[in-house]
Amino acid sequence: MTQLPTQTDKKLGLVIDLDICVGCHACVVNCKEWNTSGYGAPLGDTNAYDADPLGSWLNRIHTYEVTPQETPAYDNPSSTGASPSHQCGSGDSLAQLVHFPKSCLHCEDAPCVTVCPTGASMKRSEDGIVLVEEDKCIGCGLCAWSCPYGAREMDPMENVMKKCTLCVDRIYNDNLPEIDRTPACVRTCPANARHFGDFADPNSDVSIMVKERGGMDLMPEMDTKPVNKYLPPRAKVKTSDGLEIAAEQSKSEMKADGFLGWLDKALEKMG
Amino acid sequence: MHPAISVIFFTVTSGAGFGMMFVLGLGLPVHQGAWTTILSCGLALGLAVAGLLSSTFHLGHPERAWRAFSQWKSSWLSREGVLAVLTLVVFGLYALIWLASGERLASLGYLSSFLAALTVFATAMIYAQLKTVPNWHSKLTPLTYLGFALASGFLLAALFISTSRIGGVHVAALAAIFVAAAWLFKFIWWRRADNVGFSETGSNAGTATGLGHLGDVKLLESPHSSDNYLTKEMVHQIGRKHGAKLRFIAVICGVVVPVFLCTLAIFSGLIVLPLLVAVFSMFIGLFCERWLFFAQAKHAVSLFY
Amino acid sequence: MTKSEYQLDTSPHVSDEIRKTTCYMCACRCGINVHLRKGDDGEMKIRYIEGNRDHPINKGVLCAKGSAGIMQHYSPARLKKPLKRVGERGEGKFEEIEWEEAFGIATEWLGDVRKKDPKKLAFFTGRDQSQSLTSWWTQQFGTPNYAAHGGFCSVNMAAGGIYTFGGAFWEFGSPDWDKTELFIIFGVAEDHDSNPIKMGLSKVKNRGKKIISVNPIRTGYNAIADEWVGVTPGTDGLFVLSLIHCMLKMGRVDLDYLIRYTNAPWLVIQDEGAEDHGLFARDADGKNLVMDRNSGKLIAYDTKGVKPDLKGEAILADGRKAVPVFELLAGKYLSDDYAPEKIAEEVGVPATQIRAIAKEIGDTAFEKEIVVDQPWTDMKGEKHDKMIGRPVSFHAMRGISAHSNGFQTCRAIHLLQILIGSIDCPGGFRFKPPYPRPISAQPKPHGAYKIGAPLPGPHLGFVSGPEDLLLDEDGVTPLRIDKAFSWDAPMSAHGLMHMVISNAHARDPYGIDVLFLYMANMSWNSSMNTDGVMKMLSDKDENGEYIIPKIIYSDAYSSEMVAYADLILPDTTYLERHDAISLLDRPISEPEAMCDAIRWPVLEPDRDVRCFQSALLELGGRLGLPNLTNEDGTPKYTEYADYIQQHERKPGVGPLAGWRGEDGESHGRGAPNESQIDEYIKNGGFSEKHVPAEAHYFKHANVAWQDFAVEMGLQDGHVENIFQLYLEPLRKFQLAAEGKGERQPPETHKERYKRCFDPLPDWYAPFEGTQISEEEYPLHALTQRPAAMYHSWGSQNAWLRQIHGSNPMYVPKDVCDSVGLQDGDWAYIKSYHGKIKVPVKVMGAVNQKTLWTWNAIGKRKGAWNLSDNANESNKGFLLNHLINELLPAKGDGLRWSNSDPITGQAAWFDLRVNIEKAPAGLESEPKIKPQKSVGVGGEKNVAYGKEWTK
Repeated sequence: MTQLPTQTDKKLGLVIDLDICVGCHACVVNCKEWNTSGYGAPLGDTNAYDADPLGSWLNRIHTYEVTPQETPAYDNPSSTGASPSHQCGSGDSLAQLVHFPKSCLHCEDAPCVTVCPTGASMKRSEDGIVLVEEDKCIGCGLCAWSCPYGAREMDPMENVMKKCTLCVDRIYNDNLPEIDRTPACVRTCPANARHFGDFADPNSDVSIMVKERGGMDLMPEMDTKPVNKYLPPRAKVKTSDGLEIAAEQSKSEMKADGFLGWLDKALEKMG
Repeated sequence: MHPAISVIFFTVTSGAGFGMMFVLGLGLPVHQGAWTTILSCGLALGLAVAGLLSSTFHLGHPERAWRAFSQWKSSWLSREGVLAVLTLVVFGLYALIWLASGERLASLGYLSSFLAALTVFATAMIYAQLKTVPNWHSKLTPLTYLGFALASGFLLAALFISTSRIGGVHVAALAAIFVAAAWLFKFIWWRRADNVGFSETGSNAGTATGLGHLGDVKLLESPHSSDNYLTKEMVHQIGRKHGAKLRFIAVICGVVVPVFLCTLAIFSGLIVLPLLVAVFSMFIGLFCERWLFFAQAKHAVSLFY
Repeated sequence: MTKSEYQLDTSPHVSDEIRKTTCYMCACRCGINVHLRKGDDGEMKIRYIEGNRDHPINKGVLCAKGSAGIMQHYSPARLKKPLKRVGERGEGKFEEIEWEEAFGIATEWLGDVRKKDPKKLAFFTGRDQSQSLTSWWTQQFGTPNYAAHGGFCSVNMAAGGIYTFGGAFWEFGSPDWDKTELFIIFGVAEDHDSNPIKMGLSKVKNRGKKIISVNPIRTGYNAIADEWVGVTPGTDGLFVLSLIHCMLKMGRVDLDYLIRYTNAPWLVIQDEGAEDHGLFARDADGKNLVMDRNSGKLIAYDTKGVKPDLKGEAILADGRKAVPVFELLAGKYLSDDYAPEKIAEEVGVPATQIRAIAKEIGDTAFEKEIVVDQPWTDMKGEKHDKMIGRPVSFHAMRGISAHSNGFQTCRAIHLLQILIGSIDCPGGFRFKPPYPRPISAQPKPHGAYKIGAPLPGPHLGFVSGPEDLLLDEDGVTPLRIDKAFSWDAPMSAHGLMHMVISNAHARDPYGIDVLFLYMANMSWNSSMNTDGVMKMLSDKDENGEYIIPKIIYSDAYSSEMVAYADLILPDTTYLERHDAISLLDRPISEPEAMCDAIRWPVLEPDRDVRCFQSALLELGGRLGLPNLTNEDGTPKYTEYADYIQQHERKPGVGPLAGWRGEDGESHGRGAPNESQIDEYIKNGGFSEKHVPAEAHYFKHANVAWQDFAVEMGLQDGHVENIFQLYLEPLRKFQLAAEGKGERQPPETHKERYKRCFDPLPDWYAPFEGTQISEEEYPLHALTQRPAAMYHSWGSQNAWLRQIHGSNPMYVPKDVCDSVGLQDGDWAYIKSYHGKIKVPVKVMGAVNQKTLWTWNAIGKRKGAWNLSDNANESNKGFLLNHLINELLPAKGDGLRWSNSDPITGQAAWFDLRVNIEKAPAGLESEPKIKPQKSVGVGGEKNVAYGKEWTK
């Protein structure tokens, strides 16, 4: 059914902690590994050992470099000085990297569902998971076009649309121990940067995390109301932040009578 | 966006086919005789069907295409399919009755014209509905699709026309007006497309990643070192030079040559030959235009890359 | 809204069986659950691999590499059968032979060497996780020439730590992730160990504690650190010594800790020109002397009740002067030479940042003291009612060690840890069993070989001075082919694998007959000067014979090295084999548990291949090696599994510690147990013995730990472990260079001993940079191992190669601007040794003098069963082409290795380069001739799991 449910009983989704993702691709590959033999068609890989291999993946990690517009606090000695605008150098070249995993956000207002001409695309009313019933998929690709996030990929071999299922074949699976009934990406993440839960429940871990850490939507202006939330990176220490003060303090902590004088007293105190 | 040949062919030819149906359905006076009926209606139906068939080549599973009729309540693509078939049936009936009786049933004709226009509108809405592609996400998109369908359909239908003037206006002049009007819409569309970027939603790499508050966001490393479905389908890049060149060809073939030939037709008294050449020229122009429609359209996903 | 109409089975069948073993996709050795499921053909196939939740290393998580195990197991590059070379070396042309013939050839070649001149066998192993077997086997063979890959990996880290405090980062210890208040990580990309670091960082972050990263490149772990120190490569040591300068100036040192656990109070003889100037003053029993604070008397450091002084001048019995180590230390580092303002430019870090970090370390260590209510008793018998922690922890890896000053830099980091009292205390760095193990409890190296006899002891070990070097009777010529434990690299505890081929080719110190390698891609990414090494491997002498006459190689896959071997012994994949992750080897313990693990064949090989260790044991039997052969001449161990269970290194102690004794009831010590491996399998593939709570910290001085270690067979008695701030062996080498003692280095070497062998942690500029023109080569170039790829291995893996199939050179923005480069441009990178052409990516978050790229992505055409068009061999490239295994020639006729002068650690990261814009291109350079592939081959497209998803 390509009409969206007006409301879902649960809102299952992921919280992704950008403060802690080290970009190791564990979630990416474990997802592929679970799902290629799991829900629907396998996740194919064309040119597997040739030029330009291309496979379908349900989760990918981008690495972004983020450079603040403000000018750094002081010149860095390691700068080559080639360009005055980049005097920042290494120590205070405030440019930082953010590793950014991205899979389906299971939007409340999922455009990929309503555009589907066949009813293959759906949002489940019970838990809000956005799924593709692959037997109905004609592979027109319109759902992928309608998604601003690049969450859907056409399988290059089976020609049906693949997407994150939130491991719908794990989270309710009686054949798995209860502790493992969680998406493969969450279970495998070594940095614990991924969390799974019900956003409809204000007291769930994920809801609390989002509240405490300012969890954000991607492209909220697209009005898709994503369920998955991203926790922004915590503020970095910039060398301009109070370092001067700390450095000055470090100087003032130097012992007036020199180190050996201090040592004398310290040893005396030890008896 | 990736300019898929099958989809370019589909939108151009089926547009022309439905445009032709629209014009014929409204009762454009054409020569008497079964052959004209067969040729004109056949061409209209043929172009529409060829276009629709071509569009199925774009599908991963054409054998399941029938399923696409089910979701007309919510999906423009489904609506387009339903409307296309409905139009073909109604116009087919119109053509059959015409062929059998020599009579053109005006009511059936108007109905097929209405449906043909709706079909083209639905096609256009498939693109225009996509907020993810700001170039397309505009009321101008259906306007250009309808304009091009009318212009190309009229040019084609005029090949069979039995009179040189309709309502006192020379047929070729009318054709030139339709062609020029369609391209006028397109010029406006282009002007908007060239400047719109993601201004309507304000999207950029910062909002896409939610990292904009930290500074300028630049992709340092792609998820994978070679291309993927998304980059091939939605992050297709064409060189600016290349784009300008193609746009020039589109304008020359799509509007300058056809309008010139229409003018020639008015003053030479010849109609069919200049219009025939004009049709071919316009099709070349439209193929270029449609290629650019896709190739120059930026998808929101490109903000991640 | 009604429920979805779609009838979906949310409880599909997952797998028919789960077998638990140990991952081998990198060196981390995580526990994995391998889900097996019957395929269409009725054969069991891998359905899914996940982390084992019970496993001490990974506790259920699994990285990208581990998750791609399926593709590794079914790789098209798997070898099928033993191979004999038929083409020229390097071409990759082979004929398949039977194992019998392969064993026959190997036995003949090796037997011949053993009879005539055992040193002419050089046996070196790479990604070997069975070093306790391979080294022992080679010891029985009797050649002095054995080592694993540690010399070109991270020996500085291991040796720097063990010499200083009897432990080291990685497998010998770990930060106290649960208690640390400040964590500082130096020079780590996806270096060891993979998952525990990620899990640890996560813990630190989730507790809201601060992480500081010191790394020229701000990727991976450095990207999530709260503060980044973008140090210039090779200057970390200077940065740390400057921190130490500040700590001393601020009086932020733990004097009690220094007096209790370190040699800070030991007296050092001050007698310029004397034979023992700079050595420790000892009493008649050889005990180190300290000066008692109260009495002023000189007494043995371990005398009960002594209160050693840390400063002042002592007069020895013979009237000479001596001062405590700490006084020398304070004198050295309080010098303004180490002031942040003095060194800021050299290290590329602002002085304010250095001062602020020093202050933060001091404040955290001394004002956020952690107290664990756990009484313990130290080795002097003193009882402590609490464990007091200085919660600053450190970790460092290859970015520190892979420099020619890496040993000293490692020592500098450890010195900083010790000064603030944070070694094995709550919140600090923690030992992992069997560590601590100071050099007094480590073997010395052995190299004295005799025809037909085993080597008298293990090849590798820790020297205490010139007397322990492995030299010919002339006192100069190295005994070993890699010149380990010679004047070139006296403390080379892991050997110098990167010099073996180069030295053998130069016949310096001698030529060899058989080169025997295991899992080491020496003709590609594991060598410096890759194309040079390829030439060395295929060069012939005046008689048309190969200069390295015979090469035997064992690998599971069609790697670049395969093409250069004469005989290939095909190994199994990691899921088809037995293995012991042994405490005798590179352990996988955690600070609070002594652990080991196994691999076992969770799938049977479908090719005519054999687990290399089994083949080696059979070869040993055929060669009649002692301890490997029964009296009737048959091999003593037929399979590796048999060896794992039956072998005893000393009575009651074998490769595995769990389920020992005939009844399987004892741990650590006990008779061999025939069902030991079965017990491991039942337990999920590992064993875990918890360290008693009173031994959790201060293991270096903790009686409870010592008792536990003895009981578990980790050591045979209590081992004293005094942290060596002042490292006397270094001073002994300096004395030799000053012309003292029987063994002295050649004239040519004396200057470097004076400069580099300071017994107190020191910094000197990395060698390459001082021997080329800095003006001509102003930039540094580094590689990092990507988290999703381990060495070359990943490129045959259909999944991993999509993530890293080619590599750009990341170039700092300033540099790009100055030479006119933009994203997607191509550039020539030149070193004094070579030139490569590479694609460029502009980057800001990097030290502005540093270029870098991902390690070992570039592949030789035809290797790993990839198509010749593969991105890896067209766009991908190796930095290795720019790095020489030798330093620039000095005109003295000597071949100076590009290594740390102390340990012989390969100085990969000393590389200096320049950059210029190159014409646009499609292919990187140099272009290397293709090799022929010999693997099982694969399909063009893969749709794994289709049989279960229909």
